[in-house]
Amino acid sequence: MAAKKSQQFDPVETLNAIEEKFEMFQILNEEGEIVNPDADPKLSDEDLQELMRRMVYTRILDQRSISLNRQGRLGFYAPTAGQEASQLASHFALEKEDYILPGYRDVPQLIWHGWPLHQAFLFSRGHFMGNQMADDLNVLPPQIIIGAQFIQAAGVALGIQKRKKEAVAVTYTGDGGSSQGDFYEGINFAGAFRAPAIFIVQNNQYAISTPRELQTSAKTIAQKAVAAGIPGVLVDGMDPLAVYAVTRDARERAIKGEGPTMIETMCYRYGPHTMAGDDPTRYRTSDIDSEWEKKDPLVRFRKYLEAKNLWNEEKENEVIEQAKEEIKAAIKQADAAPKQKVTDLLGLMYEEVPFNVQEQLDIYKAKESK
Amino acid sequence: MAQLTMIQAITDALKTEMKNDENVLVFGEDVGNNGGVFRATEGLQKEFGEDRVFDTPLAESGIGGLAIGLALQGYRPVPEIQFFGFVYEVMDSISGQMARMRFRSGGSLNSPVTIRSPFGGGVHTPEMHADSLEGLMTSQPGLKVVIPSTPYDAKGLLISAIRDNDPVIFLEHMKLYRSFRQEVPEEEYTIPLGKADVKREGKDLTIITYGAMVQESIKAAEELEKEDYSVEVIDLRTVQPLDIETIIASVEKTGRAMVVQEAQKQAGIAANVVAEITDRAILSLDAPVLRVTAPDSIFPFSQAEQVWLPNAKDIVETAKKVLTF
Repeated sequence: MAAKKSQQFDPVETLNAIEEKFEMFQILNEEGEIVNPDADPKLSDEDLQELMRRMVYTRILDQRSISLNRQGRLGFYAPTAGQEASQLASHFALEKEDYILPGYRDVPQLIWHGWPLHQAFLFSRGHFMGNQMADDLNVLPPQIIIGAQFIQAAGVALGIQKRKKEAVAVTYTGDGGSSQGDFYEGINFAGAFRAPAIFIVQNNQYAISTPRELQTSAKTIAQKAVAAGIPGVLVDGMDPLAVYAVTRDARERAIKGEGPTMIETMCYRYGPHTMAGDDPTRYRTSDIDSEWEKKDPLVRFRKYLEAKNLWNEEKENEVIEQAKEEIKAAIKQADAAPKQKVTDLLGLMYEEVPFNVQEQLDIYKAKESK
Repeated sequence: MAQLTMIQAITDALKTEMKNDENVLVFGEDVGNNGGVFRATEGLQKEFGEDRVFDTPLAESGIGGLAIGLALQGYRPVPEIQFFGFVYEVMDSISGQMARMRFRSGGSLNSPVTIRSPFGGGVHTPEMHADSLEGLMTSQPGLKVVIPSTPYDAKGLLISAIRDNDPVIFLEHMKLYRSFRQEVPEEEYTIPLGKADVKREGKDLTIITYGAMVQESIKAAEELEKEDYSVEVIDLRTVQPLDIETIIASVEKTGRAMVVQEAQKQAGIAANVVAEITDRAILSLDAPVLRVTAPDSIFPFSQAEQVWLPNAKDIVETAKKVLTF
């Protein structure tokens, strides 16, 4: 005898109800108009200009990095154009005391947190001096193993909580990263400890070539936060004001002891996955590209600021010139880094050099002095 | 001085270091209120509080990530992996991350983590709990791998491991936890990592071994003594890095050597020790360097452990081959 459905818990209905709740949050639309005035973070004019400056600078850095890579003057590089709002507006909501655990595409946030540009170039070239972080710089080198930064972020956040610091741990991955076991373990651990962490998933629609729909049956990635019992937010990742506002809110909750938040930023990478042979035309059409280009974070923010009389071509050109000059100087500085030797690498293995490493150090020292 | 089992000596070492350094944190599955499934962390949460001794959600990879993150905040994490057979779930954190932290940050960061874990066989655990995976660990540059064989060594080695500024895998043989007691000083003391210990002196043959096979090798040596063979037993104590100096000095003295490990024969510690001996002391050898190991099958179901694990009888048999070559 079939039970009366009305008296039963309906799992499908519950799932649908939850998924519908995750609507994309937006403040600034594609035309650069405020559509959600109540949520406007009301940044000062200087802050608005600074955020624009960083986005323009980073777009130039991306263009120059791609061309330097093509000239063989940079190594591993994961393009960032299209993700400026997701990366830089979320970072703009942070403080110097906050600890960043980046993925490999998150070089811009590290730079604006204080990682010198020439070190970012050394990292790209595969030189250990790129990853030598200053004592007061609260960052890890870019993570390569996708998802590993999520469990480590839970640990950093728990440490911050135990130290009673007023800070948060912030980590970034992509839509592909949200399928990793470490993604779940990270948000679940941080939730269980109510640790001050912010988990940001930059959903740029493709994990290399695999489209977002193939990653999960979940309608949004943000809703995965529900399973860990923590707040999840779906935000327009091409809207700098919305990304800033939700990150700032997450930070405030974390500082107050209310635990972690997971943020999904809907965005797009215009370029290939990396410069190592990925060809996006194999998995994306130019129609899709141009749909997303209409949402461009720089375009809409520029319109918004121009309407407020806070931005103009002259200002933009100043930033572009400054970026180009600084990149040139940083490349020169990176060129001056000493060549890596096997003795350097062996010397970095342990605090106290063990017998086997010492023997090899002696052998390579002799070879290198020839 | 008290007569302690190895597990009591381990608890004692944890207590000692928790008192010495407030940055030492102990965590893992069931290590808090429950004191660990083997009771290695018994009483620690009561004494040091839930902030420093705490249970985690059940996820080994998460435990590894937690340790790395806490270390980045200046802590000295001592996580427990409940059984070393579960280590595959946390391999990226160990080999991919902790072992690389100092290297890939150009020396600007480190991972002073000590991972404690029960390992080895002979106590009839369910499938996939027991295993001898030390060889897997020693193949990763950047780690140190420590395996005590006595209560006294366990305390001194664990204190050294916790104080070490590089990641240490500290493997505790399950069969040794409560198999015998030994005088263990109440005060703190350290035993340097990377230093072997001559557990029994002899002049005809050197047995190089570690973990539960130390006791088996001593038994074998006593047996061989009845036939007038004088056998030296070296307990490696640290299997990465190896104490080459002690091994070679002994082999040069006796002219005959064999290596005993509980693990399977393929790859592993014993093969490495044999290679080091032939590299460095081949002209001192009067016989081939043989190995006593478990056979190259998957670690067996519990009812087959006793026929599979190497024992003193196997050691005597191989020792005679080396001695009479």
